[in-house]
Amino acid sequence: MTAFQAVLLILLAAGGTVVVLTRTPRKQVIATSFYGLLLSLLFMATQAPDVALSQLAVGAVAVPLMLLVALANVRKELHK
Amino acid sequence: MAGLLLWAITGLPGFGKYPGQYGDLINSVAVFERHVTNVVTAVNFDYRALDTLGEEYILFAAAIGVMLLLREQRGEPHYRLPEHPHIPIRRSEAGRWIGLGFIGVIIVFGIYIVIHAQLTPGGGFQGGAILGTASVLVYLTTEERIYRRVTPKWLVEVAECAGAGGYALIGIAALLAGGAFLQNVLPLGKTGDLASSGTIWLINFSVGLEVSAAFSMLYLEFVQEVPERTTKFE
Repeated sequence: MTAFQAVLLILLAAGGTVVVLTRTPRKQVIATSFYGLLLSLLFMATQAPDVALSQLAVGAVAVPLMLLVALANVRKELHK
Repeated sequence: MAGLLLWAITGLPGFGKYPGQYGDLINSVAVFERHVTNVVTAVNFDYRALDTLGEEYILFAAAIGVMLLLREQRGEPHYRLPEHPHIPIRRSEAGRWIGLGFIGVIIVFGIYIVIHAQLTPGGGFQGGAILGTASVLVYLTTEERIYRRVTPKWLVEVAECAGAGGYALIGIAALLAGGAFLQNVLPLGKTGDLASSGTIWLINFSVGLEVSAAFSMLYLEFVQEVPERTTKFE
């Protein structure tokens, strides 16, 4: 295990804790997106670039975007 | 439970040590047999092409499911808020300019990842996901009207069905050409060329088309649920 991978694993543990400890859903979505970016870096560090590209496109862009749109939809229901 | 998990983790092989035989076998054989330099793509789209067919149809079914579920809600009569129609959500200027500059870059990058599937890391699915985010970047930098005009619904639907059907058609064409279903029957070409590796390139192109259209359709369906008007002073 190289030093880069070890540092990334420690950062991932910290990132997961941050995502769980964030309270408001909007900030949680941003934290999830950043966590997805860290995960993609770990996949690159373990020599799996295909998985890293997929994780970047899906876990750092698509899923947080859909979560944000779902949150906006819930806000619309509340304001109606 | 935590004790069992710890015991399982300490029983794993060491970090980075691969104990199986299939990986080394494929590494020694795939470059010469299929004339590719991306062995993962060769495994995904040639040695195990049938599994990837199932995977792609999972995404297809998910997009159709989203379309079905979200269509019900749009039939309701009180869907749009009645006051203040057509006031777009204000986007930040810096975000707009940087985003608009990046749309072209992302499209070119996505197309590069799709068509260099057998040469560089990536492939149909990764390039398609990147192209899908290019379409939603239009929504994030401009307003919903322009986004809906740039990605018309009929084009996205046709592209998705063409991609999904194209994969199966390539397999059937391989059957008609005298091989097994989804066998690589086209000429393989020189390793490192763009036009190498036979059907792998064609399958990747059709998978890229299908995945980009599926992601665009998902974003389109989700974004149409968000009201593009809020209070008058945002």
